Amino acid sequence: MTAALPPMITTTPIATPTTATQTMQRARRARRGVKIRITVPIIIIGLYVIGAITVPVIYGFDPLRTELVDRLKPPGTTLSNGSIAFLGTDQIGQDLFAQMMMGARVSLAVGASTLIFAGLAGVTVGLLAGHFGGWMDTVLMRIADVQLAFPAILLAILLASVLGQGLTNIIIVLSIANWVVFARVTRSQVLALKNREFVEAGRALGAGHFHLIVRTLLPGCVAPILVVATVEFGHVILAEAALSFLGVGVPIGVPSLGSTIQAGTAYLTSAWWISTLPGIALAGLVLATGVLGDALRDFYDPTLRGA
Amino acid sequence: MLGFVARRLLLAVFVLWGAVTVVFVVVRLVPADPALLMAGETATPEQLAALRAEMGLDQPLIAQYLQYVGNTLTGDFGRSYTQFVPAMDLIAQVLPNTALLALLACLLAVGVSFPLGLLAALRVNRFSDRAVTTLSLTTQSLPGFWIGIVLMLVFSRQLGWLPSAGLDSPQSLILPTITLALPFIAILTRMVRSGLIEVMGEGYITTARSKGLSERTVIFPHAIRNALIPVVTLVGLEFGTLLGGAVITETVFSFPGIGRLLVFSIGVRDYATVQACVVVIAVAFVLVNLFVDLLYGFLDPRVRNSR
Amino acid sequence: MTEPATARVDSLEGDPPLLRVEGLEVEFSTSAGVLRALDGVSFEVRAGETLAILGESGSGKSVTAQAVMALLPQPAGSIVGGRIWYGGRDIAAEPVKQVRKLCATEIAMIFQDPLSSLNPVFRVGDQVAEPFRRRRGMDKRQALGKALELLKRVGIPNAETRIRDYPHQFSGGQRQRIMIAMAIALKPRLLIADEPTTALDVTVQAQIMDLLADLQAETGMGLILISHDLGVVADVAQRAAIMYAGRVVETGSIREIYDHPAHPYPKGLLESIPSEGARGQRLTPISGSPPNLLAVPSGCPFHPRCEFAIDVCRTDVPMLRRPEGWEAGHEAACHRSEEVL
Repeated sequence: MTAALPPMITTTPIATPTTATQTMQRARRARRGVKIRITVPIIIIGLYVIGAITVPVIYGFDPLRTELVDRLKPPGTTLSNGSIAFLGTDQIGQDLFAQMMMGARVSLAVGASTLIFAGLAGVTVGLLAGHFGGWMDTVLMRIADVQLAFPAILLAILLASVLGQGLTNIIIVLSIANWVVFARVTRSQVLALKNREFVEAGRALGAGHFHLIVRTLLPGCVAPILVVATVEFGHVILAEAALSFLGVGVPIGVPSLGSTIQAGTAYLTSAWWISTLPGIALAGLVLATGVLGDALRDFYDPTLRGA
Repeated sequence: MLGFVARRLLLAVFVLWGAVTVVFVVVRLVPADPALLMAGETATPEQLAALRAEMGLDQPLIAQYLQYVGNTLTGDFGRSYTQFVPAMDLIAQVLPNTALLALLACLLAVGVSFPLGLLAALRVNRFSDRAVTTLSLTTQSLPGFWIGIVLMLVFSRQLGWLPSAGLDSPQSLILPTITLALPFIAILTRMVRSGLIEVMGEGYITTARSKGLSERTVIFPHAIRNALIPVVTLVGLEFGTLLGGAVITETVFSFPGIGRLLVFSIGVRDYATVQACVVVIAVAFVLVNLFVDLLYGFLDPRVRNSR
Repeated sequence: MTEPATARVDSLEGDPPLLRVEGLEVEFSTSAGVLRALDGVSFEVRAGETLAILGESGSGKSVTAQAVMALLPQPAGSIVGGRIWYGGRDIAAEPVKQVRKLCATEIAMIFQDPLSSLNPVFRVGDQVAEPFRRRRGMDKRQALGKALELLKRVGIPNAETRIRDYPHQFSGGQRQRIMIAMAIALKPRLLIADEPTTALDVTVQAQIMDLLADLQAETGMGLILISHDLGVVADVAQRAAIMYAGRVVETGSIREIYDHPAHPYPKGLLESIPSEGARGQRLTPISGSPPNLLAVPSGCPFHPRCEFAIDVCRTDVPMLRRPEGWEAGHEAACHRSEEVL
């Protein structure tokens, strides 16, 4: 059973005319499937990015402005200044859509910075542990074990409570809570690559540690790291929202999606939209990263394709 | 088997020690004077000195650390400065509630996700599989606190069927349990699905079929017993996510549990209670994982018989 | 080796074949397209006879076994044409569920890698006893008793205690013995062995082949031996079918094929094996590589690698036929057998 199938190479099959067309169709459909699952989420994430950059500017968003006459207006209301708040307003009369896009700005910024810091730290640790093995591997991975003994969100809460509120602190906290994932994935990929011929060849040719790690192992780890980074991006955004919801995240006056949802809980009965709509916006962004992550995994790991 | 258990126990002890140390380090990271934080700005220098002495802050760091570890071993985390009782007593009051909530959520999650994952795995790429996969990915992308808020909005505020806060009756458990279980169900379903798909491609499944067994027998027990092994480990790891989720769920539903105690204590800077909560949650997580590791040994004879 | 071959010729006229495969066609749909894994495969096996199916990986030999046992990976693989006759029924036309009833009781199979073919989390005794319990409705004690007998028969030392061990506690050869015990449990009339010794040490290979031969002599079952190794099957099989790109390119008695190959591919295979007679000579490998089944060459699929290929080979698919001057029962799918071989 093992050797029954030849490697899947996409070439034009020449069987009978009917199977040939069928083959082409199915192959095209399969490739299109992955392509769609990659492009659509990227477009969605792109829209969030554009919205997060432009909308607060267009609306002239100012988190400190209060417009008492426009408080708690339902979606579609015409406001005192003549504009239409198509997602309604919040408890201080802010346009909810502008506020959500401002929140998306925070989410995206925190997510991206965290990925960079956690990714750099995690990948470095993973490369070192995997390449050198021995005591270095043991020590680094035991540290990772201890780290994992803390539910990430708990560690974040603890650190945030100590460090206080602030965007920098959130990024630090989430980076500390998330580097382990990168370290583990990189390490296991390095271990898998380590005994492959091209790495052995590099070693046999007398390549130094630095060269082996940076030129030989690192490129082989890029694909799984990319997949993990995509999925983690969503997780980080969710974690940031949770921290802000709990009141240990963004400082007061910075509208994050989480803090907007939290603020809305006091008005659940009178203004349901304040808590629910930002949640949907958040879910849309996270879902896009999740789908993208899955699609990238299918794209880079053909053994899982079609499974 | 004995060696296996001993190694696992050793690792658990090590991880716990690490976790306890991390809490110590993090709390000592506080830029401000912990005594000042607890006593408040209005405290006199004499009061502060007395407080420092009581907390052992006047001693060298090593001595503080040793005393702290010693106290932790006996479950003594000092007094709560807001409620004037030992922090452990506060935890003892609410811990059973959280345990009950976590247990119910676990049972619900396992009860729902196993059939769903099985259904999806056996109908790979068909409608039911796509429905289950899409649904779980969407659920995974939703912030847990937002799910809680929406459930509360619909089932207690709008429909008035269930209580929205507290723990006064068994009904009070329903919404928090569902909120806590939903993200877990999503993760677990995907794991069961991918685990089963992988197992169904294994050689022993082909063997079982070649023995002329019915497809039912091929799945129960041949496939399930093997698919269960990785899933069980992942359940252990994801238990941390569940505990983190408990912190949020309890906050949303004002549920008297350790998570709400933690968030409340952070708000009032009651560091003794914060430390106690974090350590207790970490202990719970490590114990669950120890149990899971032992279960793993029970399920997989290859692990059991290795040295 | 000559002895069973002559014995077979006597039975050839008498009883009908146990299994007869006619023009079998199997397709797989993969994400890269639909590939035709089997394209008109025909052969037959009689009781007490050993048929070797030989070919490179990807030639379709394992797929043939999977098709017979209704083990084609679902939903990717399906039988799209041809017949599989067993016991007067065309089982290619029957639903999988129906065919599975024949598995183990009539036709059984052993696989290449005995470690992955045994369920790692169940005791070997339970696995060997399973056919008795599930198919014969025996109680656990009775079934385990039967399993013990079988384990002893296939030569597991200390079977009484080892029956409680798990697969990973056995050596490769012992695992394959356990697989064999499981396969012969319900006394099947046909055993398909898919590369049974490929994953084993050379010394163990011979023991397993001997065991299979002994069991066959004892029970009179038919045996299909799938292999890529012409040497392994030479002493055990009476007849062979050689496959290339999902087709049978040559079939006949193994002596005939080895001595007078009628197709350039088997000829090339034989020349690439080191042999006693050719000591000191250079081995001749077959140039090129096996075809991609998604893009099987037109005409004779072997033509790009064939030194004798002419225009007709590139356009017309050669049919299996007996070349003039070759013995009865020896067939090859080559346009130019007579001219060049």
